[in-house]
Amino acid sequence: MLAKRIIPCLDVKDGRVVKGTNFEGLRDMADPVEMARFYNESGADELVFYDITASAEGRNLFTDILRQVASEIFIPLTVGGGIRTLEDFDRVLKCGADKVSVNSGAIADPAIIGAAAKKYGDQCVVLSMDVKRVDGQFRLFAKGGREDTGIDAMEWAVRGVADGAGEIVLNSIDTDGVKQGFDLEMLDALAARVSVPIIASGGAGKMEDFAQLFTHPGIDAGLAASIFHTRQVEIRELKRYLRTRGVEMRI
Amino acid sequence: MIAIVDYGVGNLFSLLSSLKALGLEAEVTGDAGRLRAADRIILPGVGAFGDARAKLDATGLVPVIQEEAEKKPLLGICLGMQLLFDKSFEYGEHPGLGLVPGQVVDLRRDLTDKTLKVPHMGWNSLQILKDDPLFRHVRDGEYVYYVHSFYARDCAASTLAASQYGNVAVTGVVRRGNVYGTQFHPEKSGDTGLRLLRAFAEL
Repeated sequence: MLAKRIIPCLDVKDGRVVKGTNFEGLRDMADPVEMARFYNESGADELVFYDITASAEGRNLFTDILRQVASEIFIPLTVGGGIRTLEDFDRVLKCGADKVSVNSGAIADPAIIGAAAKKYGDQCVVLSMDVKRVDGQFRLFAKGGREDTGIDAMEWAVRGVADGAGEIVLNSIDTDGVKQGFDLEMLDALAARVSVPIIASGGAGKMEDFAQLFTHPGIDAGLAASIFHTRQVEIRELKRYLRTRGVEMRI
Repeated sequence: MIAIVDYGVGNLFSLLSSLKALGLEAEVTGDAGRLRAADRIILPGVGAFGDARAKLDATGLVPVIQEEAEKKPLLGICLGMQLLFDKSFEYGEHPGLGLVPGQVVDLRRDLTDKTLKVPHMGWNSLQILKDDPLFRHVRDGEYVYYVHSFYARDCAASTLAASQYGNVAVTGVVRRGNVYGTQFHPEKSGDTGLRLLRAFAEL
């Protein structure tokens, strides 16, 4: 049977991996290529790289890193951050990315989803969403979670999938960095609306949080950053633990 | 030298990198002479069947591939594997290369549990049904990475390995003579995939 996936996420700025809490106060962690090797050996099922660099120089550094990772690590790689045009898709796919994640770029120009899906296939387009509860509604946020778009996040997801998004990363701003578990209520609401794979993000603090997550059958993968980077949770140990809890895992 | 057929579909970066990481000589080429000179051929592919077939036809390499498949190991990967069959029903009906008997149909057609997601995307365990030199370095039950919505069926005689998805035994590896195919991506299947590619290079 298909295994559930464990995905570490690497936010890269100026060639270094950083991870903030609640998106603020970024803290330098390590070298992205070293970390990618470490995660590959630890049994990570996939790696996500977010380019959070603003400068053109940083962007070139990022694609160099990506090319280096893709030359020696042979598991699926998803790349996001600053993806706004088909040229951006092209740039990272040529460096070895398998999937490209769009977030603010799709909010600025929703047509990018359909255009990319048509050109590269649905499986290549990941819609990443930062979502927060506002007035009893799941609201879509832009710009790394700083700006309320006023858009209903669930409607946004349905539309994205109809346009060709092959997978969704749902990051709950409400639980991100809090380490008290994934936002199961928000994830269930999404799973009820779309039929593409869902990657849960935001809130993982301990191994039990993943066990809890995978009791929800609509969720395909769990993504986290800092708990893996700090080795508070070891992926190999996590996967063994989840298997004893009856979750299908690639070990 | 392993020749990777270049016909304008898919991202060949990882495939080429994985072969290089194994210390194998490989090149991406659309040249008939290079395919003839190669020890082995890999036919890659992503996207839709009809489009890929049209692009492959446009290169004029189809007769070369069919001819060379008689003489040396050929490996079709993902859509490249699907192209080996007689025909596909992806957006219409399209002829394949006819190197392996069978047809390619929509997974949704055969899945009884409609809540199962299509594409079948992620890591699934590979059940080895018939022993083969291709599995020299892999064990039964190892996980491989799939991304596809259509799958090959009516090819039991050629099927070497399969992965279970709901009620469907997804055809994972096929072989007919020198012609091999994997529905999953060995170049994205971590160490397991590399070991499989190494065995292909040793055939």
